[in-house]
Amino acid sequence: MGMVRFLVRRILSGIVVLWVVATLSFMLFFVAVPEGVVARNLAGRAATPAVLAQVMQNLGLNRPWYVQYGHYMDGLLHGNLGYSYYTQQPVIDIIKLGFPATLSVVVGGVILWLVVGLGVGILSATRARSLFDRVATVGVLAGVSAPVFVVGEILIVVVYVQLNNAGIHFIQTGYTPISQSFTGWLGTMILPWVTLATVQAAIYTRLSRGSLLDTLGEDYIRTARAKGLSERRVLYRHAVRSALTPVVSQLGIDVGALLGGVIVVEQVFGLQGIGQETVQAITNGDGQLVLGFIILAALFVVLANLVVDIAYALLDPRVRIH
Amino acid sequence: MSLLEVTDLRVSFPTADGIVQAVRGVSFAVERGRTLGIVGESGSGKTVLTQSLLGLTPGGQISGTAVFDGVNLVGLEPKSMQRIRGKDIAVIFQDPLTSLHPLYKVGWQITEMIRAHDKSVSKKQAMERAVELLGHVGIPRPRERVNDYPHQFSGGMRQRVMIAMAISLSPKLIVADEPTTALDATVQAQIIDLLLRLQRESNTALMMITHDLGVVADIADEVMVMYAGRAAEKASKRDIFYQPHHPYTKGLLESIPRSSAAAERLKPITGQPPSLIRLPSGCAFHPRCAYVMDRCLTDQPELVPVAEAGEHRSACWLPAAATGLSDDVEELRRRTVEMGRTDEAAKVAEKIAAAPESEGSVIA
Repeated sequence: MGMVRFLVRRILSGIVVLWVVATLSFMLFFVAVPEGVVARNLAGRAATPAVLAQVMQNLGLNRPWYVQYGHYMDGLLHGNLGYSYYTQQPVIDIIKLGFPATLSVVVGGVILWLVVGLGVGILSATRARSLFDRVATVGVLAGVSAPVFVVGEILIVVVYVQLNNAGIHFIQTGYTPISQSFTGWLGTMILPWVTLATVQAAIYTRLSRGSLLDTLGEDYIRTARAKGLSERRVLYRHAVRSALTPVVSQLGIDVGALLGGVIVVEQVFGLQGIGQETVQAITNGDGQLVLGFIILAALFVVLANLVVDIAYALLDPRVRIH
Repeated sequence: MSLLEVTDLRVSFPTADGIVQAVRGVSFAVERGRTLGIVGESGSGKTVLTQSLLGLTPGGQISGTAVFDGVNLVGLEPKSMQRIRGKDIAVIFQDPLTSLHPLYKVGWQITEMIRAHDKSVSKKQAMERAVELLGHVGIPRPRERVNDYPHQFSGGMRQRVMIAMAISLSPKLIVADEPTTALDATVQAQIIDLLLRLQRESNTALMMITHDLGVVADIADEVMVMYAGRAAEKASKRDIFYQPHHPYTKGLLESIPRSSAAAERLKPITGQPPSLIRLPSGCAFHPRCAYVMDRCLTDQPELVPVAEAGEHRSACWLPAAATGLSDDVEELRRRTVEMGRTDEAAKVAEKIAAAPESEGSVIA
């Protein structure tokens, strides 16, 4: 019973967060700017007077702000994120176009960085101060310090260019949808995954190593040993189980944020995902589209946090019962 | 043959500051069905001593022998050690809140241990046994409570869970490491009673580690007083309380409140326990000892018999006859010290006498 109430509360608070974000964004675009500028900001750079008039008309910009707000919220509740006048497409269509690429990068990247990060972290913690641990620590420092665009460019120069020069065209830049060709998709995804995972795996190695070292010092680990359990069981069933909690919460935050656009990675590899579309929308002054991306990013962060909360409750009984 | 016979056990830990000599040559035996109380301040080595027997002191360098039921525990290979842990020697730790895994139900934690040692027991049978054990240690509604998590129990109930786990495989020896320290006084008494009852029922040997002489008085048959990693005095409970020989034991007795004389002022032992990296020369207790003599500064006393039967042993340079708490014995101590003390020991004695009592440690 505690679990259901806990979930309902979390969902409600997530809805409140979304409402606050939507309202603040509305204020920013519709209320906080001079009246004549609203339409110009939303319509995009170099909008013709005809387009501006159309925007005025469609959004009811000459009516009181609360009417506009009602109109705007009503649209959101019906899943309508507005219309991009600059690109002459509904915002939702542009999101649908870019989302598969972003999702592909994030999902593959997460799997890669979790496997590497947790694996190296656990090995380092169980062999603290060994040669492996020291080498891993240096690697982590290098990974954390390497900017994403540098790692990406290096991979392009070293892997993509070299392979293609050698006549192997498996690795490509740009994005090939998975529905079109699986190998093509894989070829465009490997380098982005490695790039994204380099920094993240380093962070997760450090996180899981620290967390596991703390856990291994706990009294209940000593109890587990005193019970006569094998060292393997002590490590995986008792220590890693507890050490995962901070990793899960970090993962939720990261995935939520990244789904809203993996800006640098998409830019480096020309993936045309949400991140790159967002950058273009800002460059084009396409306010309607930017607004849509803000709402989308907030939605992902809220959803990810909800997933984290559920995972937390499943992992730790003390969260369920207050 | 004793159930456990420990000979010249030494445990040290190399650290950046030097070698920590936590246990420095301790010998003792635990008999089947009997209780050995090990008493000492924090840092006296009592916990390290018992945990090193089970290989629970990572990084510790252990030497000596500890023969348990015919098997030397020192240097035992991990697989054999695993079979002994929990099955033959069970441990009850000090803080039951941190010693139970917070993420698993108590029933799961008990059945895990049962099944780790006997794969032929089904999950269902093990759970039945867990329910039975929880009931046996006095937890109400055990059938429902096996499905609770540790944080849903009170401190005393949690320690009962730990005890239920400890007795689940009918071990030959239970090591209880300050099992009542983290509990309220009334709950302490209940836990001690429970341990006594369980021990009577099953004839298990018990090693009770404590800093509390009151606990020893309740439960122990024999007592070993530890100081700075060595045994200061070893005797039957009766002799420790009525015929103490070592000034440290005497100090411990004088620092516990007695209900018969509530107004009596407690006499703390002045000073602090020594650093185990840079130990004092000679007898490690000499910088705090009111009876310090010249030879205490240079020679380390061995644990030798002070009574004819040989069961009462003490590691102190005072004569064997200086045993007990009577005024005559105190007079004998005083005279011995007068003869054995010149310049340097006198300086140490002055320093001890001048030390404010507030700096001392009251143990009880």
